Amino acid sequence: MGKKSLISITDFSTEEIVRILEIASRFETSPEPQLLNGKVVATLFFEPSTRTRLSFESAINRMGGRVIGFSDPNISSVSKGETLKDTIRIVSNYCDLIVMRHPLEGSSRYASEVATVPVINAGDGANQHPTQTLLDMYSIKKTQGRLDNINIFMVGDLKYGRTVHSLVQAMSPFNPTFHFISHPKLRMPQEYLDFLDAKKVKYFEHEQFTDIISEADIIYMTRVQRERFQDLMEYEKTKDLYILHNSMLDNTKPTMKILHPLPRVNEISQDVDPNPKAYYFQQALNGVFARQAVISYVLGLKQ
Amino acid sequence: MDKSELKVTAIENGTVIDHIPANALFKVVKILNLEKEHNQVTFGTNLDSKKLGKKAIIKISDRFFEDSEINKIALLAPNANLNIIKGYQVTEKRSVELPEVIKGICKCMNPKCITNAEPMFTKFTVVSKEPPALKCAYCGKITTQEHFEII
Repeated sequence: MGKKSLISITDFSTEEIVRILEIASRFETSPEPQLLNGKVVATLFFEPSTRTRLSFESAINRMGGRVIGFSDPNISSVSKGETLKDTIRIVSNYCDLIVMRHPLEGSSRYASEVATVPVINAGDGANQHPTQTLLDMYSIKKTQGRLDNINIFMVGDLKYGRTVHSLVQAMSPFNPTFHFISHPKLRMPQEYLDFLDAKKVKYFEHEQFTDIISEADIIYMTRVQRERFQDLMEYEKTKDLYILHNSMLDNTKPTMKILHPLPRVNEISQDVDPNPKAYYFQQALNGVFARQAVISYVLGLKQ
Repeated sequence: MDKSELKVTAIENGTVIDHIPANALFKVVKILNLEKEHNQVTFGTNLDSKKLGKKAIIKISDRFFEDSEINKIALLAPNANLNIIKGYQVTEKRSVELPEVIKGICKCMNPKCITNAEPMFTKFTVVSKEPPALKCAYCGKITTQEHFEII
């Protein structure tokens, strides 16, 4: 069959990623409302994620495909104790492609081993969410005109943030310079710093969210979650330190864009939204094009 | 042959597995399925060893192992070696080697890994031999030696 699954961003080579971004760009300018005629895609969301699911379903519908699936495992056979393997094997009969989100890590990898159709990982626990990485990269490429030599600033929860980990890995072949701004308890984990050292990629770590951002091409904001702190007082002190306000943007580059994987809570102040540098809503739209590209590539309809 | 081996009876034909850490003996027996072995099996444990402090030896008569079988014990007995015996003589010596992929022997230490929730085999790639560390092929987390739990 030769149709690949996409479980981790590392499943695709750098060349494949570049090609997928090009395919996404073509979908943006020339929609293909018939491409998935006659195809059925199953969206299996074992844990809820309205935004990701809607994004995928929009991508499928806009290519003329049909969607089946569930978004609440409580009403499915899972609650009857069926194994994941059985569920996947059975659903494989009903569709041409599976898009899956599951709370346990490695679940999508396992599903791709037992399914008879390709599987796209829409998030497995705290592990991977490769289509998010692709849409982040698409947003970078689109707004900066390139992927190479970008100054990327990542702010907030760098320890548990799956999207920042993945983006660091995926962008590393393009000679970026990273600036990591976080509370010391939420630093980028050592394994990723070691990874960057091994790839000879430059990075800097900062504790203060200051004027250093004037050097940024991209500011990638993430939410600092309360659950990550044992000490609530420390959380309360910390959460306001990494909030982006419009006033902070005065000396930033005109081409700089602010990204956020969403949902945005308070880490980007509402007063930033009207600023043309706020890109997070267009970023979500790019998710549709990126997912269209991945779906059509994985089904062998686009090379 | 070191003197401690003489405490365990010599065999005419078969395999001697030497330099097993004493505390790993019974897990090694389990991994090699020796409980179901029909041929004569002799063990010695808590024997003195310069290399390991306390070691164990297993002698299995009339039984020979493929590399793929024996390398499964490499996680627990990385310095183990085999003496192949024929006619009471050592005809071949082999060392145990950690394979690149380990299936179904060790648990993943990530409680949120799918392998701990589904009836399925674990699968790891070896990312470090000394000290041994295993990367789960499913969740990507690394299980280090202190956390090795043999299934």
